[in-house]
Amino acid sequence: MTRSTVDAAPPPVSPPTEGRRRGVRRWHVAGALLLLLTASLASLFIGVSDLSPLDLLEPDEGQVRVFLVSRVPRLAAILLAGSAMAVAGLVMMSLTRNRFVSPQTAGTTEWVGLGIVVATLWFGGTSLIGKMAIATVFALVGTFFFVWLLRRIVLTDMIVVPLVGILLGGVVLAATMFLAYRFDLLQSLDAWMNGDFSGVLAGRYELLYLVLAATVVAYLYADRFSVAGMGESFAVNLGIAYTRVVTVGLVISSVVTAIVVVSVGSIPFLGLVVPNLVTLAMGDNLRRVLPVTALTGAAFVLVCDVLGRTIRAPYEIPVGTIGGVIGGVLFIALLLRARTKGAS
Amino acid sequence: MTRPLAGPAVPTAQERATRRRRTLVVLAVLAVGATAAFLTVGVTGSWDYALMMRSRRVAAMAVVAVAVAVSTVLFQTVTNNRILTPEIMGFDRLFVLIQTAGVFFLGAGAVTATDPRLRFAVEVVALVGFGALLYKTLFGRTERDVYVLVLLGVVLGAMFSSLTLLVSRLIDPNEFLTLQDLLFASFNTVDQQLLALSAVVVGAVVLGVYRLLPRLDVVALGRDTALGLGVEHRRVVNLALLAVAVLVAVATALVGPVTFLGLLVANLARQLLGTHRHAWVLPGAALLAVLALVGGQLVLEQVFGFNSALSIVINFVGGIVFIALLVREPRQ
Repeated sequence: MTRSTVDAAPPPVSPPTEGRRRGVRRWHVAGALLLLLTASLASLFIGVSDLSPLDLLEPDEGQVRVFLVSRVPRLAAILLAGSAMAVAGLVMMSLTRNRFVSPQTAGTTEWVGLGIVVATLWFGGTSLIGKMAIATVFALVGTFFFVWLLRRIVLTDMIVVPLVGILLGGVVLAATMFLAYRFDLLQSLDAWMNGDFSGVLAGRYELLYLVLAATVVAYLYADRFSVAGMGESFAVNLGIAYTRVVTVGLVISSVVTAIVVVSVGSIPFLGLVVPNLVTLAMGDNLRRVLPVTALTGAAFVLVCDVLGRTIRAPYEIPVGTIGGVIGGVLFIALLLRARTKGAS
Repeated sequence: MTRPLAGPAVPTAQERATRRRRTLVVLAVLAVGATAAFLTVGVTGSWDYALMMRSRRVAAMAVVAVAVAVSTVLFQTVTNNRILTPEIMGFDRLFVLIQTAGVFFLGAGAVTATDPRLRFAVEVVALVGFGALLYKTLFGRTERDVYVLVLLGVVLGAMFSSLTLLVSRLIDPNEFLTLQDLLFASFNTVDQQLLALSAVVVGAVVLGVYRLLPRLDVVALGRDTALGLGVEHRRVVNLALLAVAVLVAVATALVGPVTFLGLLVANLARQLLGTHRHAWVLPGAALLAVLALVGGQLVLEQVFGFNSALSIVINFVGGIVFIALLVREPRQ
């Protein structure tokens, strides 16, 4: 990644601030955990069929079934998807040294969509695993293509990078929609792509546990990602196998994106906003930031999901829609803030 | 970048004008040809019926093409940039959002009972007002930073879509059906009354713009130059933005968002005509837009047997062109 944008761009973190030490105290984490726990409980006991915590003391058979088949899997899926997508965004942001790069702004999500359609059309992709494998291949191709494109076009402005990614995603999406249109899949495409946990039931989401493995790998590699994020020459000087580390990072984020999108759909801005907020508060040491990012990501999705289920109960608003609105507002705030700071 | 280096024959102003005129004539012929082909190719059965249906669709396409082309060129002039378009800034999605919110707050019954012309007027006013307010607050501070503008626009557009979806989920499912009819009008199902009204509105706006042309050329030179040359920059910009809002509203109301059409035709027109003068670029872009819409639809229908995938194709091609433009944009 020599001479690229990526090296030219200013480092994503501001240097250690003078005077006031920024950092997250222990009680911040405790607070976040508490919030997550509360929201988790809320998530377990919200739904069409009534189920209160008291019922669990003396449950009847139906209630147990609802709890174990629907509520618990749903919560697990939310936590897994939210934390993994946030971590994937953090890894990409750190590797490209650009705080506006994430699976959603690099077009990875749209490549997954293309993969899903291709799998459905030409590989008789009925099995979830097969679909996931093909979607992963597409995500990998797309992500590496994006990084390759970035290296070829020496851009000085770090805003251009996500812009190119978003538009590239738009082009891929158009191709996907064309295929879907041609073969009458438009409606299912919409259902696949928009993040939605309403279909999560026991037996239908377990592949999501794979992202847990990816997140663990990300954690093990965290220090190497941090160093790689300082630029190729710097990393090589420190004895890091730069290319390999970058490859591992991109593979992790592609695989996570593919699995999450295939299982529950895309949650806009998640991989972008959460890592940004966390690194703004905590700085850039990946090993330190990563667990909090995972926590915050899970909490973000959980809150969106609970909102989606309560705003218009008994109907449900997909989490992707809620996330799109909240995430969009947050992203615009971040963007304006970054620019004002950069200008002054 | 065509720069007349030490070339032996620098064309005179006269020669260039002749060439541009010739280009416009060729475009016009092509556009008329595409229209004629669209009206007649592959008609089976009743000619009267086919012609009536098809001419309505062609008329809708022509109105939309002119609206999109003119609004894009104007928008690029006042923002002084050739990669911005109102659609990329999320204007069309904002319009859809306003319509959805209207149904949500007033109820589908009230909305459909209103005279479509009144409804349209209200929507345009809301779009202009709200858009001006929003974009002013967001962009006031970062006036010259194009990339932030574009990114903000893209994100805003995505957010408007999410909001539209959110509001439409809040709407009673029965009312949602009405809304869908309102929102997802395509070239095939354009309301005749609305079409006539839109044609009149677009015609009026284009006439108004025509009188602005010389001043627009000056505004295109940049704010300081324009002020130095004695043009009321702010007034012209405001008028142009008003025209843009109306045109976008018309185009979106007729057929829904077509994001990249304007970008394609505005840049292509400048390239083909080799000038930035509005008197040339505006008709060129409009003709190109007609050609793209009618010709594209013709090819899709007659060659590939598709009905309404044109906007998808335009987004595909347009996205690639946009990336190329971004990458080639000279940097300070």
